[in-house]
Amino acid sequence: MSGKSVFRRVLLPLLVVVSIGGPVVALAVDDPSEMLPDPKQEARAEAIGAQLRCLVCQNESIEDSSAGLARDLRKVVREHVSAGESNRQVIDWMVARYGNFIRLSPPVTIATLLLWGMPVLALVTGLVAALLVFRRRPQATPLSAAEQARLDELTRGD
Amino acid sequence: MSDDLRSPPSGASGDVTRRRLMMGLPLAGAAICGVAFWKMLAGMQSGSFNPHDINAPVTGRPVPVFTLADQIPGTGFSTADLRALSKPVLINFFASWCIPCIAEMQALLDLQKRLPIWGVAYKDKPDNAAGLLKHAGNPYARIGSDREGRVAIDWGVSGVPESFLIAPGGTIIWHSAAGLDNDEVAAGLDGTLKRIGG
Repeated sequence: MSGKSVFRRVLLPLLVVVSIGGPVVALAVDDPSEMLPDPKQEARAEAIGAQLRCLVCQNESIEDSSAGLARDLRKVVREHVSAGESNRQVIDWMVARYGNFIRLSPPVTIATLLLWGMPVLALVTGLVAALLVFRRRPQATPLSAAEQARLDELTRGD
Repeated sequence: MSDDLRSPPSGASGDVTRRRLMMGLPLAGAAICGVAFWKMLAGMQSGSFNPHDINAPVTGRPVPVFTLADQIPGTGFSTADLRALSKPVLINFFASWCIPCIAEMQALLDLQKRLPIWGVAYKDKPDNAAGLLKHAGNPYARIGSDREGRVAIDWGVSGVPESFLIAPGGTIIWHSAAGLDNDEVAAGLDGTLKRIGG
């Protein structure tokens, strides 16, 4: 097996698997004993935790972080999930204690309206700009008699 | 052969205005962003803006429901004790493993002469917490132990040291998520104390 075929047969599929599966695997908690026995509940707890900011590392979710506080909050999330609370209830519980800062995606308020509206705003601006540019482009004038004759002469050869 | 198949034949003055607008609008947008960014950076330098601030919405709220076991050399306390207060008290979360907590001890020792301070040992071994207070001095009138850190979560604590001023009746009226020094006490705490006549 040459070096290139090793790359093609082994490394490339591995890379694909890692790049697709990586983000999912990265949500695993520090210690398997932290996980809930019910996989459905565990998946829900991970989904909630992924939306909650670790207040120590701040740009990681509590599912990603190995800070002590993140571990404690993960535990709290799992307790609430196994008690049968909805995702909304668990997040509200966190917001009541730590404010909206703990949510990685901020709620839509007056202060965050520009942030949430930015994709639409950018799209509309782009469309308007494109429309203006295309409308400005003048129509091609019809060929003059001389040009038409030259064109005929050129195409007749084939 | 016509030499300008794609000529812009008319509306020269309109074109100039449009061209100026097309040049000017992005520049104006960039200028606004630049000013906003500069204001943010200036605020970070002067301390008026801190992107890491958690701003836990605790002030104006009643203290959470909790009970803390004794931490040697003090006695633990609970929600009922704070609600029964007739004078303000400062609740201070600390740990022996936390360097800023040790750094703020002197300010706390000064402060406890005029304001009672109740401590909460956060995720600390009782022996280690007791050792710190023996070594650095004990500013606390009462001390509870929060070994699991669960009471701290109910208070909205994101890391030690953190302090809460409790008004009579058990309402949180001031909060600091950083270590206290004499400047911080004079700037924030004393103003709040004066306001409630403490």
